[in-house]
Amino acid sequence: MSIQSPSQSPSQPASPSPSLATSTPGAEAPAPVDRSPITPRAGWRRRLTRVDEKASPYAYVSPFFILFGVVGLFPLLYTAYVSLHRWSLIGGQGDFVGLKNYADVLAQPYFWNALKNTISIFLLSSVPQVIAALLIAAALDSGLRGRTFWRMGVLLPYVVAPVAVALIFSDLFGDKFGLVNHLLGLVGIDPVQWHKEVLPSHVAIATMVNFRWTGYNALIFLAAMQAIPRDYYEAAMIDGAGRVRTFFSITVPQLRATIIFVVITSTIGGLQIFDEPRMYDQYGLGGADRQWQTLTLYLYQLGWTQKNFGRAAAVAWMLFLVVVLFALLNFLVTRRIASKGQR
Amino acid sequence: MTTTTHTPALPRRAGRGTRLVRRTQASPMAYAFLVVVLLGSGFPLWWSFVIGSKDSAAIVQDPYSLVPGGHFLQNASTVVTTIPFWKALGNSVLVSTTVAALVVLFSALAGFAFAKLRFRGRNGLLVFVIATMAVPTQLGIVPLFIVMSTLGWIGSLWAVILPSAVSAFGVFWMTQYLQEALPDELIEAAQVDGASTLRTFWSVALPAARPGAAMLGLFTFIATWTNFFWPFIILDPGNPTLPVALQQLQAAYFVDYSLVLAGVVLMALPLIVLFVFAGKQLVSGIMQGAVKG
Repeated sequence: MSIQSPSQSPSQPASPSPSLATSTPGAEAPAPVDRSPITPRAGWRRRLTRVDEKASPYAYVSPFFILFGVVGLFPLLYTAYVSLHRWSLIGGQGDFVGLKNYADVLAQPYFWNALKNTISIFLLSSVPQVIAALLIAAALDSGLRGRTFWRMGVLLPYVVAPVAVALIFSDLFGDKFGLVNHLLGLVGIDPVQWHKEVLPSHVAIATMVNFRWTGYNALIFLAAMQAIPRDYYEAAMIDGAGRVRTFFSITVPQLRATIIFVVITSTIGGLQIFDEPRMYDQYGLGGADRQWQTLTLYLYQLGWTQKNFGRAAAVAWMLFLVVVLFALLNFLVTRRIASKGQR
Repeated sequence: MTTTTHTPALPRRAGRGTRLVRRTQASPMAYAFLVVVLLGSGFPLWWSFVIGSKDSAAIVQDPYSLVPGGHFLQNASTVVTTIPFWKALGNSVLVSTTVAALVVLFSALAGFAFAKLRFRGRNGLLVFVIATMAVPTQLGIVPLFIVMSTLGWIGSLWAVILPSAVSAFGVFWMTQYLQEALPDELIEAAQVDGASTLRTFWSVALPAARPGAAMLGLFTFIATWTNFFWPFIILDPGNPTLPVALQQLQAAYFVDYSLVLAGVVLMALPLIVLFVFAGKQLVSGIMQGAVKG
């Protein structure tokens, strides 16, 4: 009998106020109000239950919101405040200087260099990564034997810390005795100055990012692929579409939302990249001529090497804007690309 | 029925019937491709062991040999004495475990409220949580450092733990999980029995949430274990986590790559062992999250 309208019995018994009844729409109203066994319970207990039901949801969500406010939201907003002041790592807050920190930073060629490097490394890591992840996902989705083995295999790099990945690849991409240059030499290509030239250093750093995240994203795509109704493929096959055609006409458009999700997540992370460029050489400045100095590396250098928190905060705010801008841009672009084949 | 016109680039290999069967069976091409991918994901780790197990003389002699040498233990013991390795390992275990436990607890509490309790402002707050998943909170490091400095927490492990203990993704994940895994009838039954909401959370919601919570804990543990940027800023050289200690090793031994990569192996080993046991869970965690997100 309690199965019939269980949601009402605890809060409703003997309660004359109709407000509670209206708040539970699922069950029918003329339930056995009078026969409820809880009716004779003491009033204070009922009130306690009501207080519990009203207040406790807020208590349960509050640890997250309080902590997020203290360590997430407040620092982000306070960054704007710091950026408007002269502020030293050692001396603390100084005079209000308005937008001077922004003007100073924007006048530095180092800022623009870091912005350029960041975007270059980001593009080199995100575009090939999404394409490779889609291909790997398609291979994983093709009815393999021992699928757990293959899935775990592509995920393995994810558990290796970026710091460790950077050290390994810094060796592989060694200018003189690196394995990559050795292999290039075998096919007759001159050694590449991976730690000296701009673009090669970006390629090396992007390779680290791709190494760690491609398999992870492939699994996300795989899950989304498996959610595509199989009739679509059968219909396409009956129409005579081949695998490649099916991939571009059905799989990719169906994955639109997932592709947008992956691209935006990697944008947010990729534009803040620090670990890999920091560990690419032992000095951590992004190269002798700042060939691979990213914005976060530049921010770190301003704040903790030059001890200028005002300027570091200005860079942080501008990087924040860049991230938001890129996320929006990505959203629009991926939506167009992915929906092209849908018509 | 001139089906070939749609696929001009592809040679027709077989009739329709065979193709329908072929979809359920992977082609040798797929296997070959995945073998290459797996070699790519495993090779850098193997390479770090190869180099980390040689002495510098052996590396100079044959820098490109793929066969490990016999010096790994020797290199490892040098690493352990050069950097505060055991301290770093202990710190990493402590920090990662605490952060994972806190994230799971806070996320399960909030997820329980969002998924199963009614309260004013619930939808608005949930939207706020989802929106904050996209906020690059790492960019608040300057004020965060100022706050920690005011509290006198620079160099303290709490300064690493607390900022990581909050996860919007975790709240979102647990909300989704509990919505599906915990039937409303169970909550109502507990309330009929006169259980308080806290009691309901502890005895009904938490057991139902266990698989989802375990996955969240696993991912949080890995993310915290591999985290470098903030610990690098806030911790002292004498009291590091493993990634920070690895940076010290690099600074000390950049010329001797066998020692640096032996350190990389030492540091990667715990998570690789974890991966052997929990890799399956990680795979299904990512795939479940993808479907829901």
